[in-house]
Amino acid sequence: MQSFEWVDAESVEHAVSLLGEGSERQPVVAKAGGMDLLDLMKNGVMAPRRVVNIKTIKGLDGVRFDAKQGLELGALVTLARLSREPEVRKRFVALADAAEHAATPQVRNAATMGGNLLQRPRCWYFRYDHFHQAGGDAVERVRSGENQYHAIFDNQRTVMVHASTPATALVAYGASVELTGPGGKTRVVPVSEFLLPPDMKRSTDTSIAPNELLTRVRIPAPAAGTKAAYHKQGERESYDWPICDVAVVLRMEGRTIRQAAIAMGWVAPTPRRAAEAEKLLVGKTLNEELARQVAKAAVNGATPLSKNAYKVPVLEAVVRRTVLAAAAA
Amino acid sequence: MQDVKDTSDPRASNKPGGEQQQQQAGGPPQPPQPNPGPSRQQALPYGIVGAGLKEVTRRVPEDEPPPLPENAKLKSIGKPVSRLDGIEKVTGKARYTFDVQLPGMLWAKWVASPHPHARIKSIDTSAAERYPGVRAIHIPERILSTAQLRDPKAEQGNRYPTVRYAGQPVAAVAADTPRAAEAAVKLIKVEYEPLPHVSQLEEAMKENAPRVFPGPTEQPATAGGGGAPPGLPQKGNVRGPDNKPRGMGPRGDVNKGLSESEVVIEAEYRTQVQTHVPMEPHGLVADWKDDGLTLYASTQFVTSVREDAAELFDLPKSKVRVISDFTGGGFGAKYGIGNYGLLAIHLSRKAGAPVRMILDRREEHVSGGNRPNSIQRLKLGAKRDGSLVALQVQAYGTGGVAGGAGVGFCHSTLYECPNVLVEQYDVFTNAGPCAAFRAPGQVQGIFALEQTIDELAERLKMDPLALRGKLDVSGTDDCLARAQERKVGAERAGWNKRRPAGSDKGPIKRGLGFAQSQWLYLVQPSTACEVRVSGDGSVEAFSSTQDIGTGTRTILAQVVAEEFGLRAEDIGSHIGDSRYPMGPASGGSRVTSSLTPAARNAAYRCARELAARLAPVFKANAENIVFADGKVMVKGKAGSAMPFREAVKKAGFEEISQRAERRDDYEGYLFKTPDMALSRHGIGGVQFAEVAVDTETGIVKVERVVAVHDCGRPINPKLTESQIYGGVIQGVSYALYEERHLDAASGQQLNANVDQYKILGSRETPRIEVILLEQLGAQSSTDARGVAEPANVATAAAVANAFYNATGKRIRTLPMTPANVLAALRG
Repeated sequence: MQSFEWVDAESVEHAVSLLGEGSERQPVVAKAGGMDLLDLMKNGVMAPRRVVNIKTIKGLDGVRFDAKQGLELGALVTLARLSREPEVRKRFVALADAAEHAATPQVRNAATMGGNLLQRPRCWYFRYDHFHQAGGDAVERVRSGENQYHAIFDNQRTVMVHASTPATALVAYGASVELTGPGGKTRVVPVSEFLLPPDMKRSTDTSIAPNELLTRVRIPAPAAGTKAAYHKQGERESYDWPICDVAVVLRMEGRTIRQAAIAMGWVAPTPRRAAEAEKLLVGKTLNEELARQVAKAAVNGATPLSKNAYKVPVLEAVVRRTVLAAAAA
Repeated sequence: MQDVKDTSDPRASNKPGGEQQQQQAGGPPQPPQPNPGPSRQQALPYGIVGAGLKEVTRRVPEDEPPPLPENAKLKSIGKPVSRLDGIEKVTGKARYTFDVQLPGMLWAKWVASPHPHARIKSIDTSAAERYPGVRAIHIPERILSTAQLRDPKAEQGNRYPTVRYAGQPVAAVAADTPRAAEAAVKLIKVEYEPLPHVSQLEEAMKENAPRVFPGPTEQPATAGGGGAPPGLPQKGNVRGPDNKPRGMGPRGDVNKGLSESEVVIEAEYRTQVQTHVPMEPHGLVADWKDDGLTLYASTQFVTSVREDAAELFDLPKSKVRVISDFTGGGFGAKYGIGNYGLLAIHLSRKAGAPVRMILDRREEHVSGGNRPNSIQRLKLGAKRDGSLVALQVQAYGTGGVAGGAGVGFCHSTLYECPNVLVEQYDVFTNAGPCAAFRAPGQVQGIFALEQTIDELAERLKMDPLALRGKLDVSGTDDCLARAQERKVGAERAGWNKRRPAGSDKGPIKRGLGFAQSQWLYLVQPSTACEVRVSGDGSVEAFSSTQDIGTGTRTILAQVVAEEFGLRAEDIGSHIGDSRYPMGPASGGSRVTSSLTPAARNAAYRCARELAARLAPVFKANAENIVFADGKVMVKGKAGSAMPFREAVKKAGFEEISQRAERRDDYEGYLFKTPDMALSRHGIGGVQFAEVAVDTETGIVKVERVVAVHDCGRPINPKLTESQIYGGVIQGVSYALYEERHLDAASGQQLNANVDQYKILGSRETPRIEVILLEQLGAQSSTDARGVAEPANVATAAAVANAFYNATGKRIRTLPMTPANVLAALRG
């Protein structure tokens, strides 16, 4: 790891101005929990000249719920807190479960909502500095190499998948991020648009600008009759990155489904909505057979790579189970 | 280093692993009589305690202590004493090599080749030399831990060693700080001429594959095993066949046997490359001074570190001292000085300061050793009554740039079969070297063999346990132990409730399976131990052996304490220093079997000498002085009892000391060198596994393992159980998760970390129930044997057999990841 300068940010404005001083040759990065950043620096994938510690900024760790405004999460809310927070658990169970199943207890105690969304891909080619220095087409390397944990959808241009698992739940809930730039100017971007297909050559996999800080995450208040479920399927339970994860949010009237969102993580470059499958649910009463059809529709059109075809049946099973779990919640 | 003399790999010898086979093979020359010199005929307890203990008479050296009764009648041996150094370990006070900090110590780092195969044209170190804080740079003239060209002329003109795997060390730097070393390493300019490479087993077997070595190679074993027999043919990257694994020649006529068989079972099995991932990576701190070299080593064999250093640096052994207070795991890979040690010593000599060279996690995965993969084709012929007629095995595996990719010796030793032909091939690839790994070969071999036997049982509609009972009949101690283990294990595991394969209707299917274990019973005859009593009543024991995590200090203290009527905590137990009497290697499951008899012999002699010194104090004959419950007394006179320390002080001496050696097993060995002796008996064990298979996601969960094991006399059942837990956990981890992933195009390991190299975690750990036999073999003064390896041998096979019972499908490929499981379920 290279030497770097450390600055404790006093305010959002301070942090934004420090970040704005960065350049390609003199990179400046923000650090919240530091979970991903430390790994990237130790692996030689990132070598910032200056690290801006934003944990020192006050007021970015709030959790607020309002029946009108919905849920507002400060960027510094930890995953551990997110998984326990009563308002989150009660109204946004898929998000609470996603937070609860990320990483390990130690990591969740330090990792933040903002940092989690901004983390870089877990692709083992991406994580190894050798492949950053080796040049050549990284995507082609993976396509013809060890791609068992890579995308089975939308994998023509890139095969890497975005790493955040809470993002899967956020996409299902229609959440947005608030970005603050110079002069305190904020913009709000839906998470589904904020996340971009990972790219080894870029320094971020989101649409954040170099002089912006992710300050808040907002989720609209759920309509009456909303039910949800989340499932992360890893090879291991103790600590693992997923083969896939699925979040399902249903708005029900009695036993009839009026609205459905199915988000699938780790199967496409960014969390993917199963639009066809969602349509099958609307206006229906869920039963085993319908769940089966929905799951089938969700994996329809998958284009697996040489070593990840197994992800298709796994995803199909997880979608079916999670849809059933949501309706039964 | 590969050419140390000691070897635990009998393949390097010519001796078989079982008496029966010895006869069938025609029989090598008879081994020498054990224990020459004065002797007595001694009655000893023999058998399994609680299951028919009897008495046998053996010829025993005259000065051996009287035999021990079963553990229930002892005070210290056989008791679940907690680790004496447990508190030191959990509080972080224990000093591992990783923690060693010496005044003026430098930090070393090596340049790793980014190419999997290349000639080095030039190395320019000038910029690194100028970097602030750099104190020494060294370019290795040779690379250890790799096969060697039979004819070194093929590469004689080369100035630098050829790079044969990505990550091979090319040069090393020692600097004042780790950061300076890291920065300086990046300034070393190496000009490579990349050569074509091959990193995948089946690719490397092809005739037109790039050659890893330009000619035939040799790979002597290390003290930890591994290696391959000399003089085998080599065609391209394929070396072999070795058809005498562990010295077991082919027997009978396999083709004839197969043609006479009424049932033939045939299948192909595949296992993956597993890396050792010890908690503490390989490493060494070297302190070169004019008057001698001191090495702090994370090692499984202090003696091998000293031998390597003495040989490679042409030093008398008296000038090399090796210290190993604690070793954070090794599993077979930590023998000798390795490339890291070689470089550390060179750098220390050049810099005139101590140098620390500890591998980082990537370097550890890539160059620290691994268990080779395998493709095994088995063909088993049998009669309808279950008796075996022929077994044919063809196995290919790659240990990267090192040989030793066999599949063990179980095919020839576990079951009675008149016609056996095993052909094992080493395939070289441009990948890091393999090393011995907790039952080298045997884990892979048993995975395939025990599934094949289960398949035979099913074909013949026989109970798998009953079939083993019919076939496992060599009569050796391990065979007798397994018979009992099958019985008690079946009872505990609920074998009679086992359902037909594929009984569950839903997507989650549960099943129960079992498999048998077999490992060698090894002894290191060169083992000695010294026991001292000081005038103040302190008792201390000394052995150069090390503790890789099994609790060596504790068992040493327990054995010594028994003779003095003291508690283990009263004994100063000193290990891990080459200046102490020579102790055994922590490999081949032989520390306890070698060390405890030597320790008891020394303690017994020392206690008898102490009795003689105390006789005048008690006004009694020495033979009537007894040590019990922390006291000294005259036999039959409880009133004479005096606390141990008080009594010793009264004797008025400064120090008494006795040294004793490990005598030969009373029955002798099949074969013996100073460093390794092999008994005709083995170590057994059987394991039962309960699994749940999610047939939709391919997730396998091992819910319960019943592990029934024997290790001769358990010296400390708590530590023994702990080792069995470790073996089962490592076995489940191997069966389900662990796998090295290499990128074929670049030869780079992709998961050289503990994030993406998947090891089982707490939630994947099954409920483990250990049942331990106490088996007295009437062979030594403690009758102890090892357990580390047998605990890891049967697990993957038991899980696989349970998988079949759950699903009705065979899983023949490891690890049992969703990808492999779903493929197996489709098949």
